[in-house]
Amino acid sequence: MSIDLNFIVNHLIEISPELWKAAYQTTVMVGATMLFSVITGVPLGVLLVVTEKGGIMESPKFCSVLGTIVNVFRSIPFIILLIALFPLTRLLVGTTVGTAAATVPLVVGAAPFVARIVESSLKEVDKGVVEAAISMGAKPWQIITKVLLPEALPGIILGLTITTVTVIGYSAMAGVVGGGGLGDLAYRYGFQRFDEITTYAVVVILVVMVQLVQSLGNWLSKAVNKK
Amino acid sequence: MCASSVCQKGPLVFYGKDGGVMISIKNLTKIYQNGSQSVKALDNISLHIKKGEIAGIIGYSGAGKSSLVRCLNMLEKPTAGTITIDNREITSLSDEELRVARREIAMVFQHFNLLSSRTVFGNVAFPLEIAGVPKREIKQRVEKLLSLVGLVDKAAVYPAQLSGGQKQRVGIARALANDPKVLLCDEATSALDPETTKSILKLLKDINCQLDLTILIITHEMKVITEICDTVAVLENGSIIEMGNVVDVFTRPQHPTTRAFVQTVINTEIPEPVRQHIGQGGDGKVIRISFIGDHTEKPVISRIVKKFDVDANILYGNIDHLQDTPFGGLIIKLTGQQDDIARAEEYLAGQGLQIEVITNEH
Repeated sequence: MSIDLNFIVNHLIEISPELWKAAYQTTVMVGATMLFSVITGVPLGVLLVVTEKGGIMESPKFCSVLGTIVNVFRSIPFIILLIALFPLTRLLVGTTVGTAAATVPLVVGAAPFVARIVESSLKEVDKGVVEAAISMGAKPWQIITKVLLPEALPGIILGLTITTVTVIGYSAMAGVVGGGGLGDLAYRYGFQRFDEITTYAVVVILVVMVQLVQSLGNWLSKAVNKK
Repeated sequence: MCASSVCQKGPLVFYGKDGGVMISIKNLTKIYQNGSQSVKALDNISLHIKKGEIAGIIGYSGAGKSSLVRCLNMLEKPTAGTITIDNREITSLSDEELRVARREIAMVFQHFNLLSSRTVFGNVAFPLEIAGVPKREIKQRVEKLLSLVGLVDKAAVYPAQLSGGQKQRVGIARALANDPKVLLCDEATSALDPETTKSILKLLKDINCQLDLTILIITHEMKVITEICDTVAVLENGSIIEMGNVVDVFTRPQHPTTRAFVQTVINTEIPEPVRQHIGQGGDGKVIRISFIGDHTEKPVISRIVKKFDVDANILYGNIDHLQDTPFGGLIIKLTGQQDDIARAEEYLAGQGLQIEVITNEH
């Protein structure tokens, strides 16, 4: 098969409104997912660290229960989570179809991931610095907001970058169940209509997106890292 | 502010300051329980530190020094015993009371423990923020503290860009932020080179003088003790084996460990050639005369030669200074009639000198 450049260009122009719309939907989906994942995942990660044995609010039982819950959600494959959460999605959004609906399973899938990433970043914080804060009479809340989170920020940002890239991948899967976005576009055009050009165009857009996210994350992490 | 002349006198400070007891440790015991194994880090320690004093605790690693200092601000909970700081028993405080009390028990760490995400200014401001001091007041206070430790020009710099000595200065400024009553230094100079150690010790001494702050220094370095401490306690296996005024303890060390520490700064060993010479024998009695303070100025050797019918041959001698007190030792060979030598020895002992017989050949 010879490559007809003319045909490719014309086809791309033809589908470009669809491509842009899908890229926009993906961006919104990933953005909203990250927002809600951070809102829920960061406190979870902090709780995992401060309640562990030797933590500043030691409570090993609570910690292990929380850890188990996080692990349960992390061990469910996303495609299953997507379907299993239909009732919850319907409850929260009123429908199981569309970008907003896709955000629900995405958050449930990403938040535990964020929690673990925040946990491991916080564990990297020098114990001596926390101890110094304790020796000055800092309250647990002050230690969390003034020591742990600021000191771990570069690591947390890098971790969130990884999460965002993963969520971009998940969001494509969400598209398959009618979530819209680039995954949906590639599925409908590429798979159902054998439109390879659209598939490759989607791949290129995804690659560019991931590159942008990773570069932004690296830059931001470096900017806040004063070590 | 105390007169600088008093401050420079070293050991005299200890007697000159008439403050009451600042830190009182009674029967402190700390046992670490690790599964079925238990390690006794501190064994029934009792110790008093006076107000305005610089107290040193020296010991090898594993002696229990760190456990002791960490018990003082309750970073470690004592297994038994009580600790009273400024008439307040800190071992019986509630969590909230302890948090407030900790503001007055500042600590300086071996590895500085500065917040890497905050500038020098932010690090010194940190304890003030925690204590809820208003922003404007924080600014004034931090500026004052930075000028005290000589880092005004580094206010906007992050710790990563500072040298070890500068980092410790930030650590000290931070420790002083809430006007503490006690400053605990946990191996504060152990990560620093000798020159920097000296300047940090000088800073601590200045702070002690200017603020009349009680300082407790934990170290394994003899130099730290002899440089600035008024009193010293030698810790081994969780027990205090010797304590008192620095000059007293180190000029008359009783315990082998104390002697080993003294050896690191003052050579009291007999040099090999002298030892060989003594070993060759010959007539006479070889004795070591040790003297402290005023005795160094008395011409005791020429006196025994004049007074008694003996000859004195000086084999070896040294004089050192511990803070401002001179002390040293002479190894001499006395030859003559046995009872003349005995009377000469008696005379020397009568002068308040310590006599130790090394060999006696006749």
